[in-house]
Order: sequence, then structure tokens, then C-alpha cells
Amino acid sequence: MTFLRLPDPDQATIARRSTIVDDLARLVGRDAVIFDDDGRRAFETDALTAYRRMPLLVVLPRTTDDVAKVLRYCHDNLLKVVPRGAGTSLCGGALPAEDAVVVCVSKMNRILDVDYPNRVARVEAGITNLAISARVSANGFFYAPDPSSQLACTLAGNLAMNSGGAHCLKYGVTTNNVLGVRMVLMDGTVIDIGGAHLDAPGYDLLSYVIGSEGQLGVITEATVRILRSAEGARPMLIGFASPNAAGACVAAIIAAGIVPVAIEYMDKPAIAVCEAYAAAGYPLDVEALLIVEVEGSDAEIGVLLNRIAEIASAHSPKTLVISADADQSARIWAGRKAAFGAVGRISDYYCMDGTIPLGQLPHVLNRIGEICASYDLRVANIFHAGDGNLHPLILYDANSPEQAGRAEQAGADILRLCVEVGGCLTGEHGVGIEKRDLMTVQFSPTDLAVQMRIKTVFDPNWLLNAAKVFPLESSAEHILIAPRAA
Amino acid sequence: MTDLVRPAAEWELQTVIAKLAAQKVPVEIVGHGALRNAGRPPDATVVLSTASLRGVTLYEPTELVMSARAGTPLYEIEAELASRGQMLPFEPVDLGPTTGAPAGALSIGGVFATNISGARRIASGSARDHLLGVRGVNGRAELFKSGGRVMKNVTGLDVARGLTGSWGTLAVLTELTFKVVPLPEAMVTLVYRNLPDDLGIEALTTAMGTPFEVSGAAHLPKGAAARLNNTTLRALDQSLTLLRLENFAASVAYRKDKLIEALRVFGTPLELGSEATWALWSELRHLSVMPYAANTSLWRISTMPTKAPEIVAAIKKFMPSEAFYDWSGGLIWLEVPAAADAGAADVRRAVAVRGGHATLIRAAPEVRASVEVFEPMKPEIERLTRGIKTAFDPLGLLNRGRMYANM
Repeated sequence: MTFLRLPDPDQATIARRSTIVDDLARLVGRDAVIFDDDGRRAFETDALTAYRRMPLLVVLPRTTDDVAKVLRYCHDNLLKVVPRGAGTSLCGGALPAEDAVVVCVSKMNRILDVDYPNRVARVEAGITNLAISARVSANGFFYAPDPSSQLACTLAGNLAMNSGGAHCLKYGVTTNNVLGVRMVLMDGTVIDIGGAHLDAPGYDLLSYVIGSEGQLGVITEATVRILRSAEGARPMLIGFASPNAAGACVAAIIAAGIVPVAIEYMDKPAIAVCEAYAAAGYPLDVEALLIVEVEGSDAEIGVLLNRIAEIASAHSPKTLVISADADQSARIWAGRKAAFGAVGRISDYYCMDGTIPLGQLPHVLNRIGEICASYDLRVANIFHAGDGNLHPLILYDANSPEQAGRAEQAGADILRLCVEVGGCLTGEHGVGIEKRDLMTVQFSPTDLAVQMRIKTVFDPNWLLNAAKVFPLESSAEHILIAPRAA
Repeated sequence: MTDLVRPAAEWELQTVIAKLAAQKVPVEIVGHGALRNAGRPPDATVVLSTASLRGVTLYEPTELVMSARAGTPLYEIEAELASRGQMLPFEPVDLGPTTGAPAGALSIGGVFATNISGARRIASGSARDHLLGVRGVNGRAELFKSGGRVMKNVTGLDVARGLTGSWGTLAVLTELTFKVVPLPEAMVTLVYRNLPDDLGIEALTTAMGTPFEVSGAAHLPKGAAARLNNTTLRALDQSLTLLRLENFAASVAYRKDKLIEALRVFGTPLELGSEATWALWSELRHLSVMPYAANTSLWRISTMPTKAPEIVAAIKKFMPSEAFYDWSGGLIWLEVPAAADAGAADVRRAVAVRGGHATLIRAAPEVRASVEVFEPMKPEIERLTRGIKTAFDPLGLLNRGRMYANM
């Protein structure tokens, strides 16, 4: 895929590389600086692997103070910085540049404090998402946002992308579960925003920072909410002959006053692939499958699932299976959670992430089918139906640049469609480089100017994560000014 | 004498702001006036009201989403939601009655501009957490939008949420889109009696640590409890520790028993059914226990629950005060005598050493003009705050001085 433009690196910066390496090694120690080719290559891409760039060098700080020293140095020397967690971004959010220093916080992964009465934990930002829940689970608590990559992805990345997950219908996304951060600004200033209390004292700076994709600063610590886990959870499977029936059933469940913890939707191609991979017990003769999960005690779950079954029966389900035990529940989820891997076994795929109003589901699925067919590509759809977050997986052959180009263009058409029906370009993956040039589809020049002025307040020279999020045309002015000023 | 402008459309508002900008005339932004006695008195010669920007513009009950123009009264929104068995999840607090402004005048724009959420905040989040998108006009007379109408959206910077709690100092909101939830089928309140503040808070934090999804956790010391409208509870003449459960009827019945068992050491609670529960938490949301009085001031303190009793005890060493703890203790409404600085120095010191922040909600206008109403900022936060203000409103026209002097 070469359809996205990246700015030309500044050759003068590249020529100064060994000096920069020495300077940074003096500041944070040589073992915290990666400058050899093999070492740097490990950081040349993220989960949008079609794009690769060797970073100028990589720094692995161990403390907030290290981060502050590095950023101050880069600020004073007008060097671009790319913040990085585990590099699992699907939109190129952590893609390096040849003239940029990668600041990777993954070594800052300690839990600093767990406070059960106040239901908060203070952690370093490089900790993995799942490690937070793992630490507090023995006491019956968990950290709610659960992106599919939670085993690998860092909280730093979750904060940057405002990550969601299958269970955010009930528990909200990252911004709803974080109370405070410690962050280093580009000039090396360390700031504390929020804390362990539940609301902001002045302007809600946390809102600007969470989801800012590394544009405003490098977060090194966070205070997150931890919640007591439900007594139990159990899913049911409901299969339908049409997407319309499935969409109507979701609407009816919500209209009845039930907000399940998760409502996942799979279309026929996705069902077939997942069933072949995970033997989850999915019906193969349906066009649309819902996984609906509720929480509570055994008795509570029984009451709720029976109510949902009753509602569903009015929408002519072809299959209706309530999970009988923990083993069946695990298999039902294993199929869904393995979806990306399962599709990856049969083909390369390009995972899209748009959000639509639920009422538009049948129309949008129909149009996605048409769009992909017009590019002569196949598609499987996975959908967080409760909150309208759609993940079409466009199948293509990565060895064919021509097919890859078509997949990218089909993806862009799908995202335009999402905006057209009242939705947005990204529900949980972020903009990164991938959707950068589509921002003008969703936002007017004024809307973007309002956002970019905030960026300038935090990072006046636009050195942080350059050439991402905002359209190259709109941000070129800032991005080019920085190196030339040197 | 100040002029009043009431634009009825976004383009008209834009024209008004452009004209004010050309003449560099600062303007006070109001809805129906519910918040005019709260915050710092702004420095303005023109009053701009959003009262004519009124009405629900989108409501999809099956998608749990509503959009409304900023000047729509909260009661209209809540009535429309109730007609479809839904509600706002965060129980917005109407500061009108407690600040001597009219009750029921709060607009949906004011709800999000102040982000003052009620009891359910601990379970389901604040107003800010439920905001999906906004439209508004900034001090540059630019009409802009942020966010949208869908539940998940991480497209660009989250400017919509960033505007919550900015008290009209960054933009005049014209339309807001937010998440709504179904009304619970059944409710119950467990009332524990006679617990001192520290034990009351311990009961609340213990309850919040159970899996039973407590949706309201408040402690009323004896003085506050004596002001309840609920005559039965008032007659007890004791401190009251309140825990609310909401869910399906069968679930509420089950969870209530489990919760009572988990909190056995705190005594045997009284139980209030659905109707009494709704009435009780409604009056708390309207701050019935902190009524308007000219001879007292009111603070709103945000902290960690376990620190709350210490903060109140520390302040009591300096002045008589009445507290009402919400959010499991994480929110203290504190009434103090109306001294020249409303007790600011002592209140802020007591909070600062234990963590959190304090906002002066009720005091005479000259007091709110002379002491810092919002928590004073650290220099690096002030730098960003001023930068954001300038980004939206470079001439400083909108609600100048409403949050901080000279800003």
C-alpha cells in the first residue's frame, strides 16, 4: 500500500544522527538508546504493517524524568518525536519517521499503587492493558476497557487512541475510565492533570489529552478507575436470516430497557471463518449472528437472557442458543475473539473501523458489499452492534500491490459511507496516517482549525507525531516550519 | 444597564458574536439564568441568552441518543425521555435553588457547560462522559462542530468533551448530542442510621466494592439529614447513610439482600421502595439539604472518598459547617458561614494537603469577585488553560472573568 503520502525526511537531521545518539546517551544512559540497524528495525512499523520507516533512533526511558530530558533535548534541537507503546496501532499511529526520535515507554510498566476503597490504581503508562486487570483480579476488581489487543497493547497506547473494546457498551471507553495522567510536554515540562478524584477542577484538559494520538505530549503515568467485577457473565447466540432482522432485534432489546454488557454482530462470511477456526458452535445457515452477553448472578442472568430470548423470538430467529455453562460461554467468545486471527488464516485483510447509527446497519452492510464487489474484493463484517462500531475486514492479497491499493480505496469508500449516514471515520482505532486525509470528509476546515489550535497550544512547533491525524495539506505549514527553523 | 440578545438561530448567533468581536465588547453567556449566581461574576456589558435556541432535534430511543439545542430546559428534556421510559444517566444538579436563582431554569447547555453531575456519577459517569457531540460558536465567530451522534468516536481531538466544565468561556454551545439510558424497572434505598462520618464513608466504600452496582452512595450527617423533605427520614433525627440499587425487580430484590449481608457490621438498614427512592434522590439532586441562605456560603469539594471525613473535620476546627457527602464520599457539599472570604483560605488548605479541589458555589457576588471561585491553577496548567482560552476566544469576549480573574 503506497497510497498515503509521508513527508520527505529532513536530511540534515539524519546526517546529525551520531551526535544526537551521543547526546541522548549522555542524558538517559547508552543502554536506553537503540541506534543499531537491527534494533531500530524492530520499531519500523506498527500493526499497519504496509507502511515502514526506519526511525532515526529509539529511546527506552525508565522514568518520567528520562522522558522530560529527552523531550527537552528534542525541543531545543527541533527534532521530531514519535511516542510509542507496544506498537499495536492499526492506523499507523506509531509509525516512525527517518528524521524522528521514537520515545517508547514500554519499559515504564510498573503498578505504583492500588487503592481498593477509592477504586483507583496508579500505574506507569507502559503497562499492558491486561496487566492492570491481572493485578487486581484476585480482589475481584478489573480495569474495564478491553481492546482485542489487550494482552499486548499498553495503557499509553489506549490513552492515545481512547481505546474501547467489546464491553464498552456498558463500561465506557478509556476516557470514561481514567481520572488523571502525568504527562511530559514537548518542552520537557512535566504536568499532572486530574488525580484520584472524579472531576476536573478547571478546563477538562484530560478530554483533550485522551485520544490525542500522541499529538499533545507523552503520558508516563495514569490514575485509572478499577471496578468490582460482576458475579458472573453469560452470552447467548441469536441467528437471523437477514441483517434487517438482526438490527431490528438489537433495537428491540434496547427499547425494552435492557442494555447488555456486549452485543456483537457477525455476518455470514465472518461466521463461517470463525466457526471453521474455533468450533464455537455458531450456526452456518444464518446471514447474521448476534452474541448478546449479560452479567450478574446465575439467577439474574437467567432472567435477563430469557427476556432477551422472548424479544428475539418476535424477529423470527433461525437459531437461539443460551449458553449452558462456562465451557460453552468460553467457546462462544473464543470464536468472536479469534475473528481477526481466523480471517488472517484464509487471507490477508485490511481491518476498517467506522461507526454508524444502528438504524443504518442494513443499508450500510448492503453498501459495503457493493463497494467491495466493485473493487472485486471480498469482505467479512464484525460489528459492535450495541454502539454502532463496524469492523469490515476487506480480504486481499498482500503480495499484490495492485490488490492492496484496491483494498485501501475500498476502505476509504466505506469510511466515507459511514460519515454520509451520520457516523464517523473511526470508533476505536484512531486516525493515525490511515484516515488522516479523510478528516476533511467528516470535518469542515473550521472544525479542523479548532482542533489544530489546541495542538499548537501544547506543541507549538508541531514536533510530536508529525504528519498524522490532521490532513497533510492543513498541517504542512507547521510540520515543515520546525526542521527549517533549525 | 446591560443589553440582552437572544439569537434564535446559529447564523444569528454568529452575526452577533462577529459584531461584538469587531467592537471588542465582552459578553455574558446565559441560558435561562439558573447559573447566574454561581461562578465568578463576569465582566460584561452585553448578555447573550441561548433561551431561544430551544427544542429537541433528534431522539432515537432505540439508539440511546438525543440531540437538543442548548437553550432547551432540562425539564423538557427529562419529560421527553421519561415519556419513552428513559432518562439522563448522570442526574444533573440544578444549582438554581441553592444559589438563590430560580429552580427549574437549568438548560441542557448549562448542564454540560458546568458538568455538575449528581449521585449516579459514581456508577455511570458524569455529564462529560455522556456527551457525544456539540455544535457551537467560538469567540472568533466561527461555527464549528466536534464529535457526532454515534456512541464511539475517536476521530481527532475530543473538543466536545473538552468544552464541558468551561462555563461558557470558550464557546457558546448551540446544540448538544448525548447518550441516554433506560429508566430502571425497580429501585431501593438502604438507609443506615447513626453512623459517624468516617464509618458512614466506610460503609459507602465497602458497598462500592461489591458486585451489586450501587448507583447512589451518600452520607448525610445529622445536620444535613434534619433538612430533608422526606418527613420519615427527617424525624429519625440521626445521621443517614444511603445506598441505592436500581435494576430489574428480581435483581434489586436479590442484590438488596446480598448488600445487607455484606454490610452487616453497619447495622440493619431501613428500606425505601421505588417511589420513595426516586423522590429522595431527586431532592438530593436539587440540594434540598443545602438550601439557599444569605448568611452561609457553599463549597463543592472533589476528593478521594476516604479523605473526605478528614477534610470536613479539619475545616470544622476553623468554622462551624454542615456537610453532605455524595459519590461514596468523593464529593462534599459544605456549607460554611458567609465570612469575607467564604472561608476560602482554610477550606483550600484542608483540601490541598489531602488531595482534591474545591469550588465556591454560593457566596455574595462581591465575595465571588474577590476570592478564587475555582481551584487556583499551577503555573504550567495555567499556561495551557490560557492557551486554550486564546485558541477559542483570542479577544477574551466570552464570559470574561467567569472562571478566573483576568481570563
